[in-house]
Amino acid sequence: MPDQLFGAMRQSIIDGAPDTATELAQQALANGVDPLEAVNQGFAAGITFAGDQFGCGQIYLPDLLASAEAMKAAMGVLEPEMLKHGSQREALGKVVLGTAKGDIHDIGKNLVATILSASGFQIFDLGTSVTPEQFVAKAKEVDADIVGVSALLTTTMAGQKAVIEALDRNGLRPRTKAIIGGAAVTSKWAAEIGADGYSRNAIDAVELAKNLMGKVTNKGTVPA
Amino acid sequence: MRPKIQLLSPDLIGRILGEAFELLMNPGVRVGSAVVELLQSAGAEVRVAGNDRVARLPETLVRKCLASAPPDFYLYSRQGEKAVHYGDDDVHFDPGSCCVQMLDPDTLEARPSETRDLVRMVQVTEMLPQFSAQSTAVVCSDACSDSGLPVAIGDLYRLFVVLEHSDKPVVTGSFSAAGLGGMIDLLAADSGGRDKLRQRPRAVFDVCPSPPLNWSEFGSYNLLDLARTGVPAELVSMPLAGGTAPVTLAGSVTQHAAESLAGIVLHQLAGPGSPIVWGGAPAIFDMRSGGAPMGAVETAMLNMACAEVGKHLGLPTHGYLVATDSKFVDAQAGAESARSAMLGALAGINMISGAGMIESLACHSVEKLVMDAESIASAQRLVRGVEVRGTSLATAMFAQTGLSGNFLKLKETRALFRQEQYLPSPVTDRSARGSEPPSDIFTRARARVDELVSSYRKPSLPEDVLRKFKAIVDREVDREADREADRAGVVAEPSRN
Repeated sequence: MPDQLFGAMRQSIIDGAPDTATELAQQALANGVDPLEAVNQGFAAGITFAGDQFGCGQIYLPDLLASAEAMKAAMGVLEPEMLKHGSQREALGKVVLGTAKGDIHDIGKNLVATILSASGFQIFDLGTSVTPEQFVAKAKEVDADIVGVSALLTTTMAGQKAVIEALDRNGLRPRTKAIIGGAAVTSKWAAEIGADGYSRNAIDAVELAKNLMGKVTNKGTVPA
Repeated sequence: MRPKIQLLSPDLIGRILGEAFELLMNPGVRVGSAVVELLQSAGAEVRVAGNDRVARLPETLVRKCLASAPPDFYLYSRQGEKAVHYGDDDVHFDPGSCCVQMLDPDTLEARPSETRDLVRMVQVTEMLPQFSAQSTAVVCSDACSDSGLPVAIGDLYRLFVVLEHSDKPVVTGSFSAAGLGGMIDLLAADSGGRDKLRQRPRAVFDVCPSPPLNWSEFGSYNLLDLARTGVPAELVSMPLAGGTAPVTLAGSVTQHAAESLAGIVLHQLAGPGSPIVWGGAPAIFDMRSGGAPMGAVETAMLNMACAEVGKHLGLPTHGYLVATDSKFVDAQAGAESARSAMLGALAGINMISGAGMIESLACHSVEKLVMDAESIASAQRLVRGVEVRGTSLATAMFAQTGLSGNFLKLKETRALFRQEQYLPSPVTDRSARGSEPPSDIFTRARARVDELVSSYRKPSLPEDVLRKFKAIVDREVDREADREADRAGVVAEPSRN
């Protein structure tokens, strides 16, 4: 029975069906299934599969986002129960995200936030046009593991450098890692401004973040 | 609304047909001996002087034959499903044919094409939805050679290889008057008999007049045989504007019309109602190389204009596009092929042959075929036009997003993006720059070919059908040996006198 339930959970995430995911989560609780197990053996397996499918070009961004939304729906049911039982799912890391000052384009940043969150990271999303000072303040407040700065425009890419400099000035690095992303951003630019990492899409960002947290995988780019 | 381009005004189409009818009376059209009686009994005058036979075809006779030609027909898959609709403005693509050379992706040199090349072309074509039909793309120089099967049955052998490896319909053609029978037998064996083949034809045969205005012995014979068996014929008139046809585009379209009308007369007299396609491979004549530049925009214009005349007459249409004059799979190849794919689709040509071909149709490339598939998919997307889905265009979606701009998360986005966008294969590079160095299209095309070939599955043909195929090939080998002996006898004869 649980195996079948876990399979259905996994499938609800792959299908990107939030209503089904919610129902399955409730069913699990009603049947006394440990919520942490439901996540680890059911729903999380689904999001990992969807991520892999996206990575090899089998599914597309709207599919991936739907999977992430389904994951969020399941977690919405399971998380309060885990808190009650003191069996909270251990976050993979704390990530502060925002777009660089002057840049209001946030599709990419939102994607990264959704996918990282679905993958088990705790996200602090500062929104758009965030100043270096705001990044620093939030990173200090939550003791961030990672700060991610997004920039779409070549004109706002300089803002990514400013954030990294501010993190350095305030002594947050190397404890806190700085990662960057955005359409015009390259690994060369990441190396040039001394970022700890860059990825070209949201799925690779998961691998990158895991790498930086010492969860070694074989994907993602960490500039030498 | 379906987007469409037209190059000819109704008035000009009228003038083209008017002059084409004039040409069919004066100077008339050369025909093969096989059709002389047929034409004469239909009331056409045929002047015979030695081996030269010139027929005058009056407009009333041509109009009568046009009236019996069907406005549309289907080609069927091996499973008996409708796979190609020759008619209306439906657009289909198939790889070009028939090459004797293949671009070697390792050496980048053209080498004689072999059975393995044809198999690879067929496998890739089978896997790509952009191609509704196969073609007998290349000859197999390894199998049909001085030391192997007779070169003369190369046409039959190609079809055998294609039928063995594909379920899709086939655009083919024979190399001689004698070659057609064996090919029809092969198709009949595949369909389960000649009647079934007639009811649900799986192949269409290209038949070519020689410019100007000459239906040779071979072409005439093929038209008669096809009309009688009911297997669809595709007229492939190929005027070269400025070389073998008038230099003006309008003049060459007129010659194409006259040659095609003559073909319809021969065909419909022999088999009224038998399916026939107003096809062609018109091109301009290159004033420097003397070749036929398939990538030239005027060549595309000729194909579009010829098809327009055919549509005006209410006939299914065909053209030769998506090819290039470049020797490589390079920027010129991409530009020329993509351009003509778009133009052919916008002209609503029912079957567009030519994808994969380089070097002005002298060489094939399977790597180019997968590159062309991307252009073809874009052209197919273009002609679907801007479609309206649902009751509101944007307001219902804005009602959900407000000013957040969060359209990526909408159910509508996920439900509709696959219909709204052509989602390219990895041959088209749209990726963000990553840590690996970017690749060029030829490299990606090579990888794609390998991937398609490895996911291809050969159709499982019943043993008895395969046995029939092999028996037909063996029989044609014997018949060709007899014909060869006859020919040797004819040649030897004068020496005895």
